[in-house]
Amino acid sequence: MTTVAPPLPYRVADTWAETADTWSIELVPVGEQLPSFAPGQFAMIYAFGVGEIPVSASGLRGRHGALVHTVRAVGAVSTALCRLRQGDTVGLSGPYGTGWDLRAAVGHDVLVIAGGIGLAPLRPVVHEVLDRPADYGSLTVLVGTRTPADMVYRDEIESWRGPARVEVTVDRPGPAWRGAVGVVTSLLDRLDLRPERTCALVCGPEVMIRHTARDLLVRGLVARRVQVSLERNMRCATGHCGHCQLGPLLLCRDGPVVSYDRVAPLLLVREL
Amino acid sequence: MSTDADVNASAPAGTDGLVMGKDGMAALVDVLIGRGFTVIGPTVRDGAIVLAELGSADELPYGWGVELEAGRYRLRERSDGAAFANSAGPQSWKSFLHPSRVREWSADRAKGQLVFEADHAPPPRYAFLGVRPCDLRAIAIQDRVLTGGAHRDPVYAGRRSGALLIAVECTEPGATCFCVSMNAGPAAGPGYDLVMTEVVDDDGHRFWIRGGSQEGAEILAELPGRPADPRTREAARAGVTAAADHMGRTMPEADLRELMAGTLDAPRWDDVAGRCLTCGNCTMVCPTCFCTTTEDVTDLTGDHAERWRLWDSCFDLDFSQLHGGPVRSSSRSRYRQWMTHKLGTWYDQFGSSGCVGCGRCIVWCPVGIDITEEAAALHDWAATTGSPDDSPDPDLPHGDGPP
Ligand SMILES: Cc1cc2nc3c(=O)[nH]c(=O)nc-3n(C[C@H](O)[C@H](O)[C@H](O)COP(=O)(O)OP(=O)(O)OC[C@H]3O[C@@H](n4cnc5c(N)ncnc54)[C@H](O)[C@@H]3O)c2cc1C
Ligand code: SF4
Ligand code: SF4
Ligand code: FES
Repeated sequence: MTTVAPPLPYRVADTWAETADTWSIELVPVGEQLPSFAPGQFAMIYAFGVGEIPVSASGLRGRHGALVHTVRAVGAVSTALCRLRQGDTVGLSGPYGTGWDLRAAVGHDVLVIAGGIGLAPLRPVVHEVLDRPADYGSLTVLVGTRTPADMVYRDEIESWRGPARVEVTVDRPGPAWRGAVGVVTSLLDRLDLRPERTCALVCGPEVMIRHTARDLLVRGLVARRVQVSLERNMRCATGHCGHCQLGPLLLCRDGPVVSYDRVAPLLLVREL
Repeated sequence: MSTDADVNASAPAGTDGLVMGKDGMAALVDVLIGRGFTVIGPTVRDGAIVLAELGSADELPYGWGVELEAGRYRLRERSDGAAFANSAGPQSWKSFLHPSRVREWSADRAKGQLVFEADHAPPPRYAFLGVRPCDLRAIAIQDRVLTGGAHRDPVYAGRRSGALLIAVECTEPGATCFCVSMNAGPAAGPGYDLVMTEVVDDDGHRFWIRGGSQEGAEILAELPGRPADPRTREAARAGVTAAADHMGRTMPEADLRELMAGTLDAPRWDDVAGRCLTCGNCTMVCPTCFCTTTEDVTDLTGDHAERWRLWDSCFDLDFSQLHGGPVRSSSRSRYRQWMTHKLGTWYDQFGSSGCVGCGRCIVWCPVGIDITEEAAALHDWAATTGSPDDSPDPDLPHGDGPP
């Protein structure tokens, strides 16, 4: 065979707005189905005639095996995906990437830290830990967003409170905001961490990841138990196009989730 | 698959091969065409030795050599009439195995539904005539990158699996060559179907040709020639040995992977950035560079779309584009990305060096930037500054990526 397999057609079963510029899309296979996704893995989603971008799976257990993706409109393809309506078709390929190492978290307290839409790839982790409380210690979810209006999964986050400890902070509060203000790392001050028993999973802008990981190490976590999900330009997701390099790593293949001990020195090199 | 260690191993046992003249070369091309191959080999065109489809062996660059220097390429007439006494031209075999532009698939929209169709064009069956040892190694490297991982690139795999490789050992390296440093020549490593060594001396102009595969042996059996004589074999071996002794360039004797990893903050990167035009020529001519991008296009009806794949270059500003801007916006960081990948991180990613010492990037750089000279400067810097700083201060201000 010498042909490149095209993506599989997936139909939009439902879409809903998360914020003014962010939409969740529920996708079901038209015919053949992709292998199942693990938390933290991503798909390449093709918008007809516009292009294809990497998007994490934000929900793995939609109706009838549906996949959910949450997309923030920042450019041509992501905007096209946010404009999809029920019944439209997209092309989907995957699953790609390493995903979160949840086996390493078994028996540990799970600390989920998300910046903005970085909560999307972490949402399946929260679902997994809530589904199997016996396998894990405590669950803590820390979320930072720009403004209260930029918060994704707002109602769902509220429903996590109880089984999980949930803290939310915003950079710029509105008049109605009663919660915390400041960067997400400031939330760490309020926690009684058991560093030797904690596994932290972090996703957000790279600068946020860097600061958060550093603060976690200061609080006694070992770098090996801090997992981060990184973002680079991706064209192929199969290790062949070269775009997603971070020094020795090809992030589509060796990531996007990597343990912090592997990437800490790389994240300190400017423009690597 | 070849490793660094086995690349200069001798040809498989079982045949001492043939010695043939120009008539044998003519017969070889005819046999290949007769067997249905598209024969690609060197030929003179537009003031350079290029790789193109050959209709007969007459089109080989008999009597042409080249003069190479950083930023300079000139054809030169040779009195000995040799066909392969010229080193790498601007192209490499990757143009054929990993084409600069391919359609991957198309999509049609009918009644709101999308139907995808793979591109079913059958791959051509190539015979590459005159693959230099460095380029043979480059093909082995691309094999590993494009077919050695969890995902195989089907375009490359399809073209590669049908390709017949006829290597020619190197007896005339250019002033920009350093394959010895990269352990990639001038003797041919494994992976060829046939291998030749060209000899021109008082006994005449001839080719010592041996088989390296079943198919190569079958083709060999169809060629006119005589059993290899000791004088020709010795002359051939002496020519290859002499070539190893007059490489034009050399890499510093150091673990290049460690050197690259330890010099990411060297001031030399600013120096080379001041000269580099970020034109990407070095990536286009390099036989191992494999980076591509994708382009999605629609026709005028808006209901037919196609996915194309094109060569890309890490020197392009868009290459590392995220929605907040490019990760590598300075030319310093882009040259560093290219060179540290070639010589260093390629090992981490694919288990070998990404450079075979062919010298093309030096020749075709419009400002004559020389990868061996840059490596030497980094080596000197590392030596004078002591062991490279591998524990950067986390509190130093560092460029924050895109939001
Ligand atoms: C592993 C992974 C998972 C991701 N998961 C999500 C997710 O769940 N939700 C979400 O909204 N976004 C996610 N992203 C980011 C998303 O892929 C980008 O926002 C998107 O590619 C931007 O493309 P665009 O065409 O809409 O934007 P444009 O503005 O048209 O593109 C801007 C430029 O960014 C380039 N680009 C290419 N790849 C990327 C990239 N990976 N990130 C940013 N820009 C890129 C485009 O080529 C273009 O040149 C993820 C990225 C990665 C790598
Ligand atoms: S980096 Fe330069 S010398 Fe090395 S293989 Fe590529 S073109 Fe040849
Ligand atoms: S090194 Fe030379 S060929 Fe390569 S991008 Fe810079 S100027 Fe162009
Ligand atoms: S996205 Fe192409 S190599 Fe990683």
